[in-house]
Amino acid sequence: MALLEIRNVTKRFGSLEAVKEVSIAIEAGEFFTLLGPSGCGKTTILRMIAGFDAPDEGELFLDGRPLSGIPPEKRPVHTVFQSYALFPHLTVAGNIAFPLEMAGKSRDEIRRRVNETLALVHLEDKGGAYPDELSGGQKQRVALARGLVNRPRLLLLDEPLGALDAKLRERMQVELIALQREVGVTFVFVTHAQQEALALSHRIAVMKEGRVEQLDVPEVLYSSPRNRFVANFIGTINLIDVEVREASRQGLRLAAAGLGEIAAPPQAGATAGARGTLALRPEHIRLSPPSEKPELKNHFAGTIREYLYLGDVTVYKVALDNEVLLEALATNGAPGRARFHEIGDRVNVAWRHDAGAYLAS
Amino acid sequence: MRAPTSPARAPERLTRWLVTLPPTLFLVVFFLVPAVIMAAASFRQPGEFGGLAPLAQGGLGLEAYRFVFEDVIYAWILAKSFAVAGLTTALCLLLAYPLALLIARSPRRRRNLLVLLVILPFASNLLIRVYAWIIILGPLNLLYSPVAVIAGMVYVHLPFMILPLYTNLEKHDPALLEAAQDLGAGTWTRFRRVTLPLSLPGILSGSALVFIPVLGMFAIPELLGGTGDLLIGNLIKEQFLDNRDWPLGATLSLLLTVAVLAVAAITAGFARRRKEAP
Ligand SMILES: Nc1ncnc2c1ncn2[C@@H]1O[C@H](COP(=O)(O)OP(=O)(O)OP(=O)(O)O)[C@@H](O)[C@H]1O
Ligand SMILES: [Mg+2]
Repeated sequence: MALLEIRNVTKRFGSLEAVKEVSIAIEAGEFFTLLGPSGCGKTTILRMIAGFDAPDEGELFLDGRPLSGIPPEKRPVHTVFQSYALFPHLTVAGNIAFPLEMAGKSRDEIRRRVNETLALVHLEDKGGAYPDELSGGQKQRVALARGLVNRPRLLLLDEPLGALDAKLRERMQVELIALQREVGVTFVFVTHAQQEALALSHRIAVMKEGRVEQLDVPEVLYSSPRNRFVANFIGTINLIDVEVREASRQGLRLAAAGLGEIAAPPQAGATAGARGTLALRPEHIRLSPPSEKPELKNHFAGTIREYLYLGDVTVYKVALDNEVLLEALATNGAPGRARFHEIGDRVNVAWRHDAGAYLAS
Repeated sequence: MRAPTSPARAPERLTRWLVTLPPTLFLVVFFLVPAVIMAAASFRQPGEFGGLAPLAQGGLGLEAYRFVFEDVIYAWILAKSFAVAGLTTALCLLLAYPLALLIARSPRRRRNLLVLLVILPFASNLLIRVYAWIIILGPLNLLYSPVAVIAGMVYVHLPFMILPLYTNLEKHDPALLEAAQDLGAGTWTRFRRVTLPLSLPGILSGSALVFIPVLGMFAIPELLGGTGDLLIGNLIKEQFLDNRDWPLGATLSLLLTVAVLAVAAITAGFARRRKEAP
């Protein structure tokens, strides 16, 4: 049985449907992420799990028992708020002790667990500090410690890294993964940053306008997005309008205007004659000088239009001869030879027959 | 990097002086100088027809102080005044806190209207409002009693408690209460562990704004209290206007100031210790 089951939940604010018929089952021990653009209903789902909002339709179950009617203070669910919401009049230790005091733990146990948790988030020497004496990253850790110290069944994290700068954010991501593995608490994490979701999560639900568009493990979401929205939202992707020539168990034969034939991996539901989109990741595209003989099945001639040197990789914008613009990613492996192609260079643009995904439109 | 800082600093310092000079001058002229005059007057002799006797004639002395410290009635009246002020402050706090909380938690658009209602009584004269209490308390047979004095004091000073409390409570981040609830705190615990401690500065300033004026208030005890209900404020007023014993009046008001400052210092020390406590 799932630890948390969200069954057919709808939430309205006046005439606005913030969450529409969402069903999600979250397993114990999972790092689960709700990913979606601003306003798609992520916070609203967290608030319903925490108990601050009640669903208009549907029901939530924790360990198989319905949650309706149970107030937030009685749910074994804690939240790390985006604003941290640390108590300014309590020290770091006082903040972390708060949930233990609420649970009526003994003084000795509180002292021991507060110290343990301070060590867990690397703040051993900050127990006596007040929140306004801490840096952003330290506040973040205190909020995490406070949410985790009493070992809730579920920890809800609403964009907890949103306020941190890029470097710190990356470090906190690493710490967050280690922390979750160490304490074994189930995390429900909210973000609108797709890279963060891919890096942290066991499973991700991609949301749009109150609905779950696709729910899967990061690799599948990335390699086989179900529709244009998911494909676009997760990572960068090239979208090419195509028509299906032939569909079989072995693969698809697609036709793109002005390009000719493209081989693509098989896709259930694709039928000959249908129109759709081929979604192709930039890192799957290989560029080579026209002098080299292309060995891949899909290869076309193109011209370099622009490039963006990023250190480890270079992003090329390359125009195919039918004026379709593609983005291609080249790893800068060899030292001293960062760029392979210049603007205006003619190149071969190629990708494997099993790269990309056909999306019905 | 060092060169640009010093010229930039000089105008800054000048601005600070220009901004703080007028209020400083005001305080020196209208607070410090009168206080010094008052202190000086307490060592002089009363004039024959009020005022002070010429310095050459009366000289300086401690007569007024001897007079105050020899008669226990003055200490008794001072103690009673403190008790009345303390009780008034406590009652104001009890009445004002729920009201301030209610205003702070109402929809933003309604708050201004409610605050306006709180300060509306100031639109009419203090004496008229106190006379109204005579009309109310008369038929109840409560007039000219300590109850009447306390009722009048609480009524007049309630807004001074509500406003600082409201100003404090309105600034509380609602997310803190949600966090407390999320972590297992029920309604009462949320109040006790979050709202109340965060509102301590409001409680302290509201209490000071009620306690100190009540100590010096003489109009309300005179109108609503019986003859036995003289407070220190009445006593001081009497020395200046009726008995024409300025040195005694100056001594009493100096003692009152010292007592108030002592209370303020103790409260401030208490507040600081709370903040520093681990
Ligand atoms: N209390 C409320 N009253 C009215 N509308 C609300 C309320 N809370 C949320 N909404 C609306 O519901 C929709 C979903 O909001 P929600 O806060 O869940 O979005 P989100 O996915 O968390 O967005 P973000 O990434 O910006 O935090 C939004 O259109 C929002 O305006
Ligand atoms: Mg949100």
